[in-house]
Amino acid sequence: MTAAVLRAAGLGKKYGRRWALTDCNLEVPAGHVVGLVGPNGAGKSTLLNLSVGMLTPTAGSVEVLGAPAGKQLAKVGYVAQDTPTYSRLSVAEHLKIGAHLNPGWDHSVAERRIQSIGLDPKQRAGRLSGGQRAQLALTLGLAKRPDLLLLDEPVAALDPLARREFLQDLMEAVAEQELSVVLSSHLVSDVERACDFLIVLVDSRVQVSGEIDTLLATHYRLTGPRKDQKSMPKDQHVIAASHTDVQSTYLIRTEMPILDPAWSVSRLTLEDLVLAYMGRAAQPEQTGRPLLEVQR
Amino acid sequence: MIWLTWRQFRLQALVIVAAVAVFAVLLAVTGPGLLNDWQAQHESFLSRIKFDRINEYLYIAGQALVYAAPPVIGAFWGAPLIARELEAGTHRLVWNQSIGRTRWLVTKLAVTGLAAIAVTGLLSLAVSWWSNPIDDAIDGGQTAGIYNLPRIMPAVFGARGVVPIGYAAFAFALGVAVGLATRRSVVAIAITLTVVIAAMILSPIFLRPHLMTPAEASVIVTADNMRGLQLSGPEENPEVMRIEAALEGSGFWKISEVTVNAAGQVQKTLPSWMAGCGPGRPNAPAAEAAARPPLSECFQRLADEGYRQQIKYYPADRFWALQWRETGIFLGLALGLTGFCFWRIRRDLT
Repeated sequence: MTAAVLRAAGLGKKYGRRWALTDCNLEVPAGHVVGLVGPNGAGKSTLLNLSVGMLTPTAGSVEVLGAPAGKQLAKVGYVAQDTPTYSRLSVAEHLKIGAHLNPGWDHSVAERRIQSIGLDPKQRAGRLSGGQRAQLALTLGLAKRPDLLLLDEPVAALDPLARREFLQDLMEAVAEQELSVVLSSHLVSDVERACDFLIVLVDSRVQVSGEIDTLLATHYRLTGPRKDQKSMPKDQHVIAASHTDVQSTYLIRTEMPILDPAWSVSRLTLEDLVLAYMGRAAQPEQTGRPLLEVQR
Repeated sequence: MIWLTWRQFRLQALVIVAAVAVFAVLLAVTGPGLLNDWQAQHESFLSRIKFDRINEYLYIAGQALVYAAPPVIGAFWGAPLIARELEAGTHRLVWNQSIGRTRWLVTKLAVTGLAAIAVTGLLSLAVSWWSNPIDDAIDGGQTAGIYNLPRIMPAVFGARGVVPIGYAAFAFALGVAVGLATRRSVVAIAITLTVVIAAMILSPIFLRPHLMTPAEASVIVTADNMRGLQLSGPEENPEVMRIEAALEGSGFWKISEVTVNAAGQVQKTLPSWMAGCGPGRPNAPAAEAAARPPLSECFQRLADEGYRQQIKYYPADRFWALQWRETGIFLGLALGLTGFCFWRIRRDLT
């Protein structure tokens, strides 16, 4: 197994009296495009900011590329939320900043990207559209040649077309440069398009994390005659349950085959899966079972 | 990093540097003439130049500019330096390049701070050089028109020598620190302006008199050297609160003056008979005015009873010692504020 690019142990961050992130345990292997999904305010930005060393943890620790967060600036790229740029500086001057401040700066990558996006190097960043600005910020992140690129809601402010283009560009760059990516979003569709690894963060807690293929292969929807949750087999972890007078519907996670012939079994889409975990966080203690992570 | 700092700073830098340069050229053009006048004949130098409008204007403008430089630099170079990055969120861009934020801060502070010190230093040097003949003449006892304050007196002291550099360094560091603490440019600019101006006003009142042990002089008041007499209380029956005497010589700064009695005790009020001396209240009947003894008699009686004025002052030759001490204190404050910036920037800022 490849080394973890991101490893959090008992990680927590408190702002004043409010915990923005609680007891976060994560291990993200290298070579993935990770989607970090959760509703607004779930702690996604906090987790990413902790990972680049912009914030210091209140509890626990976070390691990036095998070193404490913030110690390997040259190897970690970060595109912050709202893709900040210097509004008075031109596109070309932003590339100059990148070239001056990064030893591993790849000028050809930057030039090529600016050309293919169609940005005028003389244009001030303040006059770019949201999509162009995001592309400029991504260019800075990529031309730095990082081993890990973190993007905090890079497409949140973009229209659907710009969104698709941005993610496509990102995917091409990932294929070329062999880097790992963590991308946060509150939309499952972004993640579905771009990612192969999923982290669901709700209410400052990690609800589930794992490779998307594995997650989809181990989650099922069971529909059948009404059945009490307590009578479910031990190896079937109930994520969500709903009942009518005669019928029960369960979303479960299991690595075992489902043998009970009373159930009609169907697969989940990624969106179903994410929504189920989000819904569960909204009603905690429903199952009385501990929240378990997917085993990989 | 130096390039980026310069790129972000150049507009503000050019505005102030251009203003200072224009003024320096004016001084350079008129200064040699003034110096020649002075060297040609020391006597009556000030009365000869006092009707020259341009010199008068440059003398006042120079003073004003040197005093204005620290607050302006602190507010417009210091305060936005980091606050603007925090407001625009661009610190999240620049801190995630390959250099750490400490190094980023070092460069920003060094480039902008040294510029602040250099600009103020050059301005003060130019103004001090230009007004040197005038200041020398005043120290030598001449006064004429607006040229009447020696360089050691508060209104002139802060616009000469090295003290402006101390003020500028302090103002700049304060601006940066307040910007970092408040994260708002406008708020930081307002606070910096207020605090720097307050510090520059309060320093001659509360700090400078204690920087050295003042020289002391004991003077007996006479009708000739009397400079002021303060009465208080009801008009019919006033008390003499204070009298002031002139000190021999010139170019000094009088810090305090009290009246002491023969036993050396400081007097809150003077003997009550003093109130009956000298010119009476306005519109008094002629008979009443005629009955009052002249001031000279009263002063004689004061002297006979052992009263004298105890004056504390800085003589003219303390000028540089005071300059260096005050500069040192403000540079120390600037260092402390810079230390705060480095401490703060290592903590969470998102």
